[in-house]
Amino acid sequence: MKAYIHATGNISAQKTFGHPPLLQVLVEQSGNRMRCTEPDYSAFIDVKMIRRMSRIIKMGVAAAMECLQEAGVKNPDAIVTGTAYGCLEDTGIFLKKMVQQNEEMLTPTAFIQSTHNTIGGQIALLLQCHRYNNTFVHRGFSFESALLDAMMLLEEGNVNNVLAGSVDEITDISHAILSRFGLYKNGNVSNNSLYNDISGGSIAGEGAAFFLLTRDPSKNDYAVIDGLHTFYKPANIIEVSGQILSFLENISCKIDEIDLIIIGKSGDEAGDAIYTQIGQSVFANIPAIPYKNLCGEYPTSNGFALWLAAGIIKSGNIPSTLNTAITKKIKRVLIYNHYQNIHHSLLLLSAC
Amino acid sequence: MYTSNAAVYIAGVGIISAIGNNTKACLHALEHYEAGIGPITSLLTIHKNILPVAEVKLSNKELAEATGLSEKISRTALLSMMAAKEAWEDAGLPHSKNLRTGFISANSVGGMDMSENFFAEFFNNPARGKLSQVVNHECGAVTELVADKLGIKHYVSTISTACSSSANSIFFAARLIKHNLLDVAIAGGTDALTKFTLNGFNTLQILDKDPCTPFDENRKGLNLGEGAGYIVLVSESVANEMKDKLYGKLSGYCNANDAHHQTASSPDGAGSFLAMKGALALSGLKASDIDYINLHGTGTYNNDISEGTAIQRLFEPTYPKMSSTKSFTGHTLGASGGIEAVFSALSVKHNFIYPNLRLHTPIQSLPFAAETVFQKNEKINHVLSNSFGFGGNCSSLIFSKL
Repeated sequence: MKAYIHATGNISAQKTFGHPPLLQVLVEQSGNRMRCTEPDYSAFIDVKMIRRMSRIIKMGVAAAMECLQEAGVKNPDAIVTGTAYGCLEDTGIFLKKMVQQNEEMLTPTAFIQSTHNTIGGQIALLLQCHRYNNTFVHRGFSFESALLDAMMLLEEGNVNNVLAGSVDEITDISHAILSRFGLYKNGNVSNNSLYNDISGGSIAGEGAAFFLLTRDPSKNDYAVIDGLHTFYKPANIIEVSGQILSFLENISCKIDEIDLIIIGKSGDEAGDAIYTQIGQSVFANIPAIPYKNLCGEYPTSNGFALWLAAGIIKSGNIPSTLNTAITKKIKRVLIYNHYQNIHHSLLLLSAC
Repeated sequence: MYTSNAAVYIAGVGIISAIGNNTKACLHALEHYEAGIGPITSLLTIHKNILPVAEVKLSNKELAEATGLSEKISRTALLSMMAAKEAWEDAGLPHSKNLRTGFISANSVGGMDMSENFFAEFFNNPARGKLSQVVNHECGAVTELVADKLGIKHYVSTISTACSSSANSIFFAARLIKHNLLDVAIAGGTDALTKFTLNGFNTLQILDKDPCTPFDENRKGLNLGEGAGYIVLVSESVANEMKDKLYGKLSGYCNANDAHHQTASSPDGAGSFLAMKGALALSGLKASDIDYINLHGTGTYNNDISEGTAIQRLFEPTYPKMSSTKSFTGHTLGASGGIEAVFSALSVKHNFIYPNLRLHTPIQSLPFAAETVFQKNEKINHVLSNSFGFGGNCSSLIFSKL
């Protein structure tokens, strides 16, 4: 199963929307919550609709529209979305009113936009796209499930392209609750110093990344996805190594053919130990760069990682803002991420 | 490697709903015209005694005892475990390392039944509220509680496309088998009644204050229900070992989008028409091969005329028998596709046609009427099951006799 990345659209904490040169300037945000750098949506969405849409819907729809615009595709053959938390803002609005107004005088808008498939549904509605439309909501596997669905659809042969993406938002409510679970660092942190602070937790992130994936190659493709593999709750580091090695073997990739590994280091001491151990064993001598210092930690952050990998492969180089030591041309990138040591995923990409 | 013509078989079924705590009890209720719709007893809501619902008759404590899970986790997970466990035991497959087994579930609001209690305290003071009530809020967390208890680790995933969620999880699972990524999958969905959904649907003014009357000219809306339904899907090679135990096969499926409105269905049923047509095309069947349609049939004015119009367009001039079992179970949202998949699988195995309760005046603009009598004498070769939802998501499944 392969898929060509023909176009991308990405709204993240970095300046990524509108396809500027890859990460020329890095955005620094202080505190443990990285917000998306949001564009002027009016170029992509009708102003009347913008007013009704919550932030996650706007981000998702705009990233999808930008992706289709870059691809020159008016209507995709399928739309597949991954979101771990769904439309939290609308869920929170409806819940708050329900609790505070004792279930009285409620209005439907927030409720009808709270369902997890709202973004996929809104994209279909705007495009008048009647074709396959699915939404995966499995925590740290949400985006990976969506990608697998997209790659299966392409192989099944009924579609030529699939619009696939990841969307998640942080809201005041979710940030407050997830902070109480100890997911984020306390005190004086910033994304630029994420890996200097050796402690538990990370920085909250959010983002919307969409990809137009195609069955056949064409001019100006970013990269090709050679393989995708996920594994759930590995028992120990031996199982992690074993899963990585068997994935690479199954898609006939030798370790020394990998030019770069993009790893999901989040700044969380316990979680990052896995990357350190793997970096010293399976991936010894292969250059690695992290990405969560750019977008923060969230269950669908692999959407950002895939966008970064695709951009690096297309240009052949790692942006100097991220690394100046690696000078060789980058043709093959492996993304290895885990979320909370529960959801582990591997994605291998190659130059076309 | 994808094999397009590979067959995917149904090897086990499990349900819990307002009409019974297992498949046998649900079938008994269907055969005896016993609906599960009545006054609210468990939810603490101002709508008690006003809006009827279809509640599962077991408390969280009883569900916990039956499943071995904690009663403090979400009811959504407890219901899921009941039905998934029944389906898994019904299939009777060994926990073998040689069988790549997946759990593909679906739900619409995850652990909201617990979260909504948390927020009552949290909104007064963000430092308050028991975190144990939100730890399983995510849709995927509900799936993992059950997957872990069942000991399924190879592949887990969750789909949420509102009321079509579990039809989509079932056919995603079938495709994983056809792509040779899994040998066995437990697939379906679950949803517990919550104040969140009850109030949400109430703002849309589509809840009937009496037991619902799907496909009736004078229908006034739907009744919310709760429950879970799962089927065990197996590959051809697994099926070969268990021939007489099989219920049938999943021969067709399709997902299409209505692209009309976030919540309302288009007047001509564009999405539902495409979903049914696509499922027929994949199965290689003609419309006239379908013997029974398990309707989405929510009982809202909008759904039933839209679905009915799409059926008219696709099946004219000869219509299969059809009925909405939501007249028994209420609309169980993310669970409905799973529950109705079990009813459909039983239909192709045992030649059942289920009655549509409380039908007095069939929709006058449609050239057909739903069945009102339980039937078990006709040969049922192919059953079409419809699930349509918010976001324009429409999915249809076709079950066929072996």
